[in-house]
Amino acid sequence: MRVTIKLFARLRDITGVAELQRDVTDGATIRDLWRQLAAEFPALDAYERSISSARNADYARMSDVLADGDEIAFLPPVSGG
Amino acid sequence: MNAPLLAIGPAPLDLPALVAAVTSRGAETGTDGAIASFIGVVRNHNVGRRVSHLEYEAYEPLALRSFERISTEIAARWPGVRLALHHRIGRIDIGKASVVIAAASAHRGHACAACRYAIERVKQISPIWKREFFEGGDVWIEGATADPDDAQALADAERVACA
Repeated sequence: MRVTIKLFARLRDITGVAELQRDVTDGATIRDLWRQLAAEFPALDAYERSISSARNADYARMSDVLADGDEIAFLPPVSGG
Repeated sequence: MNAPLLAIGPAPLDLPALVAAVTSRGAETGTDGAIASFIGVVRNHNVGRRVSHLEYEAYEPLALRSFERISTEIAARWPGVRLALHHRIGRIDIGKASVVIAAASAHRGHACAACRYAIERVKQISPIWKREFFEGGDVWIEGATADPDDAQALADAERVACA
Protein backbone atom coordinates (compact mmCIF):
# COMPACT_ATOMS: atom_id res chain seq x y z
CA MET A 1 0.00 0.00 0.00
CA ARG A 2 0.99 3.58 -0.57
CA VAL A 3 1.04 6.61 1.74
CA THR A 4 1.78 10.30 1.27
CA ILE A 5 4.41 11.94 3.47
CA LYS A 6 4.46 15.65 4.24
CA LEU A 7 7.63 17.28 5.54
CA PHE A 8 8.11 20.68 7.12
CA ALA A 9 10.84 23.14 8.08
CA ARG A 10 14.27 21.51 8.34
CA LEU A 11 12.95 18.07 7.44
CA ARG A 12 11.93 19.51 4.09
CA ASP A 13 15.35 21.10 3.70
CA ILE A 14 17.01 17.75 4.40
CA THR A 15 14.93 15.79 1.88
CA GLY A 16 14.55 18.61 -0.61
CA VAL A 17 10.81 17.96 -1.01
CA ALA A 18 7.66 18.95 0.88
CA GLU A 19 5.72 15.87 -0.12
CA LEU A 20 6.49 12.39 -1.36
CA GLN A 21 4.87 8.98 -1.69
CA ARG A 22 6.25 5.71 -0.41
CA ASP A 23 5.09 2.10 -0.44
CA VAL A 24 4.86 0.39 2.93
CA THR A 25 4.12 -3.16 3.99
CA ASP A 26 0.85 -4.17 5.65
CA GLY A 27 0.98 -3.60 9.39
CA ALA A 28 3.72 -0.98 9.16
CA THR A 29 3.53 1.80 11.75
CA ILE A 30 4.27 5.50 11.41
CA ARG A 31 7.60 4.80 13.13
CA ASP A 32 8.41 2.13 10.54
CA LEU A 33 7.71 4.71 7.82
CA TRP A 34 9.96 7.22 9.60
CA ARG A 35 12.80 4.69 9.78
CA GLN A 36 12.33 3.82 6.12
CA LEU A 37 12.67 7.50 5.31
CA ALA A 38 15.66 7.96 7.63
CA ALA A 39 17.42 5.09 5.87
CA GLU A 40 16.95 7.02 2.65
CA PHE A 41 17.96 10.38 4.18
CA PRO A 42 20.44 9.65 7.01
CA ALA A 43 20.43 13.28 8.21
CA LEU A 44 16.91 12.60 9.53
CA ASP A 45 18.40 10.30 12.17
CA ALA A 46 19.14 13.33 14.36
CA TYR A 47 15.36 13.70 14.83
CA GLU A 48 14.73 10.12 15.97
CA ARG A 49 13.97 11.17 19.55
CA SER A 50 12.29 14.52 18.91
CA ILE A 51 9.98 13.78 15.97
CA SER A 52 6.22 13.64 16.27
CA SER A 53 3.60 12.94 13.65
CA ALA A 54 0.14 13.58 12.31
CA ARG A 55 -2.11 11.33 10.31
CA ASN A 56 -4.71 12.83 7.95
CA ALA A 57 -4.26 16.23 9.62
CA ASP A 58 -4.77 15.05 13.19
CA TYR A 59 -2.21 14.28 15.88
CA ALA A 60 -1.01 10.69 15.78
CA ARG A 61 1.23 8.30 17.71
CA MET A 62 4.37 6.93 16.11
CA SER A 63 3.03 3.45 17.01
CA ASP A 64 -0.16 3.91 14.94
CA VAL A 65 -0.56 1.39 12.11
CA LEU A 66 -0.74 2.88 8.61
CA ALA A 67 -3.67 2.49 6.21
CA ASP A 68 -3.57 2.76 2.43
CA GLY A 69 -3.85 6.37 1.28
CA ASP A 70 -2.90 7.90 4.64
CA GLU A 71 -1.35 11.34 4.65
CA ILE A 72 1.41 11.28 7.26
CA ALA A 73 3.09 14.49 8.37
CA PHE A 74 6.38 14.37 10.26
CA LEU A 75 6.72 17.30 12.64
CA PRO A 76 10.14 18.48 13.77
CA PRO A 77 10.11 20.27 17.15
CA VAL A 78 7.76 23.22 16.82
CA SER A 79 8.55 26.91 17.30
CA GLY A 80 5.37 28.92 16.84
CA GLY A 81 4.50 32.01 18.77
CA MET B 1 -19.22 40.45 10.51
CA ASN B 2 -16.93 39.20 13.21
CA ALA B 3 -13.49 37.78 12.55
CA PRO B 4 -13.21 34.01 13.09
CA LEU B 5 -12.15 33.11 16.63
CA LEU B 6 -9.32 30.89 15.40
CA ALA B 7 -7.27 31.48 12.27
CA ILE B 8 -3.88 31.02 10.63
CA GLY B 9 -2.71 32.70 7.43
CA PRO B 10 -0.42 35.26 5.82
CA ALA B 11 -2.47 38.40 6.44
CA PRO B 12 -1.26 41.02 8.97
CA LEU B 13 -2.87 40.52 12.37
CA ASP B 14 -5.56 42.78 13.80
CA LEU B 15 -6.03 42.60 17.56
CA PRO B 16 -9.13 44.87 17.68
CA ALA B 17 -10.91 42.38 15.40
CA LEU B 18 -10.17 39.59 17.88
CA VAL B 19 -11.34 41.68 20.81
CA ALA B 20 -14.57 42.37 18.93
CA ALA B 21 -14.97 38.67 18.19
CA VAL B 22 -14.68 37.61 21.85
CA THR B 23 -16.80 40.45 23.25
CA SER B 24 -19.75 40.55 20.85
CA ARG B 25 -21.80 38.07 22.84
CA GLY B 26 -20.65 39.33 26.23
CA ALA B 27 -21.52 42.90 25.25
CA GLU B 28 -25.13 41.85 24.72
CA THR B 29 -25.42 40.02 28.01
CA GLY B 30 -23.20 42.38 29.99
CA THR B 31 -21.50 39.48 31.74
CA ASP B 32 -17.86 40.26 30.83
CA GLY B 33 -15.68 41.86 33.47
CA ALA B 34 -12.37 41.66 31.65
CA ILE B 35 -10.74 41.23 28.26
CA ALA B 36 -7.07 40.26 28.25
CA SER B 37 -4.91 40.29 25.16
CA PHE B 38 -1.47 39.14 24.04
CA ILE B 39 0.58 40.13 21.01
CA GLY B 40 3.69 38.16 20.11
CA VAL B 41 6.11 40.41 18.23
CA VAL B 42 9.20 39.66 16.12
CA ARG B 43 12.28 41.04 17.91
CA ASN B 44 15.62 42.09 16.47
CA HIS B 45 17.86 39.83 18.55
CA ASN B 46 18.02 36.21 19.65
CA VAL B 47 20.79 34.40 21.59
CA GLY B 48 23.30 37.07 20.61
CA ARG B 49 22.33 37.16 16.93
CA ARG B 50 21.13 40.30 15.15
CA VAL B 51 17.88 39.18 13.56
CA SER B 52 16.66 40.78 10.32
CA HIS B 53 13.29 39.00 10.01
CA LEU B 54 11.51 35.68 10.53
CA GLU B 55 9.72 33.36 8.15
CA TYR B 56 6.96 31.19 9.59
CA GLU B 57 5.45 28.11 8.08
CA ALA B 58 2.73 25.80 9.36
CA TYR B 59 0.89 22.60 8.68
CA GLU B 60 -2.22 24.71 8.47
CA PRO B 61 -5.06 22.20 8.92
CA LEU B 62 -3.38 20.70 11.99
CA ALA B 63 -2.44 24.14 13.33
CA LEU B 64 -6.09 25.14 13.24
CA ARG B 65 -6.99 21.88 14.93
CA SER B 66 -4.38 22.61 17.62
CA PHE B 67 -6.00 26.01 18.25
CA GLU B 68 -9.37 24.27 18.62
CA ARG B 69 -7.83 21.89 21.11
CA ILE B 70 -6.30 24.77 23.09
CA SER B 71 -9.65 26.56 23.10
CA THR B 72 -11.37 23.41 24.37
CA GLU B 73 -8.76 22.98 27.12
CA ILE B 74 -9.35 26.57 28.20
CA ALA B 75 -13.13 26.14 28.21
CA ALA B 76 -12.72 23.14 30.50
CA ARG B 77 -10.22 24.82 32.83
CA TRP B 78 -11.78 28.32 32.94
CA PRO B 79 -15.50 27.93 32.20
CA GLY B 80 -17.07 30.93 30.51
CA VAL B 81 -13.84 32.26 28.99
CA ARG B 82 -14.08 33.01 25.26
CA LEU B 83 -10.82 32.83 23.32
CA ALA B 84 -9.68 34.19 19.96
CA LEU B 85 -6.27 33.26 18.54
CA HIS B 86 -4.75 34.17 15.18
CA HIS B 87 -1.24 33.21 14.03
CA ARG B 88 0.47 34.73 11.03
CA ILE B 89 2.73 32.81 8.62
CA GLY B 90 5.15 33.86 5.89
CA ARG B 91 7.75 36.59 6.22
CA ILE B 92 7.31 38.83 9.27
CA ASP B 93 9.53 41.85 9.84
CA ILE B 94 10.92 43.17 13.14
CA GLY B 95 8.26 44.78 15.30
CA LYS B 96 5.35 43.09 13.55
CA ALA B 97 2.98 40.68 15.25
CA SER B 98 3.29 36.94 14.68
CA VAL B 99 0.46 35.91 17.00
CA VAL B 100 -2.45 37.70 18.68
CA ILE B 101 -4.73 36.35 21.40
CA ALA B 102 -7.78 37.79 23.15
CA ALA B 103 -9.71 36.27 26.05
CA ALA B 104 -12.92 37.58 27.58
CA SER B 105 -14.23 36.52 30.96
CA ALA B 106 -16.36 37.65 33.87
CA HIS B 107 -13.12 37.77 35.91
CA ARG B 108 -9.73 39.37 35.16
CA GLY B 109 -7.77 36.47 36.60
CA HIS B 110 -9.38 33.99 34.26
CA ALA B 111 -8.95 36.24 31.23
CA CYS B 112 -5.23 36.77 31.92
CA ALA B 113 -4.63 33.11 32.76
CA ALA B 114 -6.37 31.94 29.59
CA CYS B 115 -4.26 34.27 27.45
CA ARG B 116 -1.02 33.07 28.97
CA TYR B 117 -2.08 29.43 28.81
CA ALA B 118 -2.97 29.80 25.12
CA ILE B 119 0.43 31.15 24.08
CA GLU B 120 2.26 28.53 26.14
CA ARG B 121 0.25 25.76 24.45
CA VAL B 122 0.81 27.22 20.97
CA LYS B 123 4.54 27.04 21.63
CA GLN B 124 4.22 23.46 22.89
CA ILE B 125 1.94 21.79 20.36
CA SER B 126 1.00 23.89 17.30
CA PRO B 127 2.71 22.68 14.09
CA ILE B 128 4.28 26.04 13.28
CA TRP B 129 7.97 26.70 12.63
CA LYS B 130 9.99 29.87 12.49
CA ARG B 131 13.11 30.35 10.40
CA GLU B 132 15.34 33.07 11.75
CA PHE B 133 17.30 35.22 9.33
CA PHE B 134 20.22 36.91 11.04
CA GLU B 135 23.49 38.61 10.19
CA GLY B 136 25.54 35.83 8.64
CA GLY B 137 22.93 33.18 8.01
CA ASP B 138 19.62 31.61 8.82
CA VAL B 139 18.40 28.78 11.02
CA TRP B 140 15.21 26.87 11.75
CA ILE B 141 14.26 27.35 15.37
CA GLU B 142 13.26 24.07 17.01
CA GLY B 143 11.54 24.04 20.39
CA ALA B 144 9.17 21.44 21.76
CA THR B 145 8.22 18.01 20.45
CA ALA B 146 4.54 18.48 19.60
CA ASP B 147 2.54 16.08 21.77
CA PRO B 148 -0.84 17.43 22.87
CA ASP B 149 -1.29 14.64 25.42
CA ASP B 150 2.05 15.21 27.19
CA ALA B 151 0.93 15.55 30.82
CA GLN B 152 4.10 17.37 31.86
CA ALA B 153 3.63 20.01 29.15
CA LEU B 154 -0.02 20.49 30.14
CA ALA B 155 1.00 20.90 33.78
CA ASP B 156 3.76 23.37 32.84
CA ALA B 157 1.35 25.51 30.80
CA GLU B 158 -1.18 25.59 33.61
CA ARG B 159 1.46 26.38 36.23
CA VAL B 160 2.80 29.32 34.20
CA ALA B 161 -0.73 30.57 33.44
CA CYS B 162 -1.67 30.59 37.09
CA ALA B 163 1.62 31.89 38.52
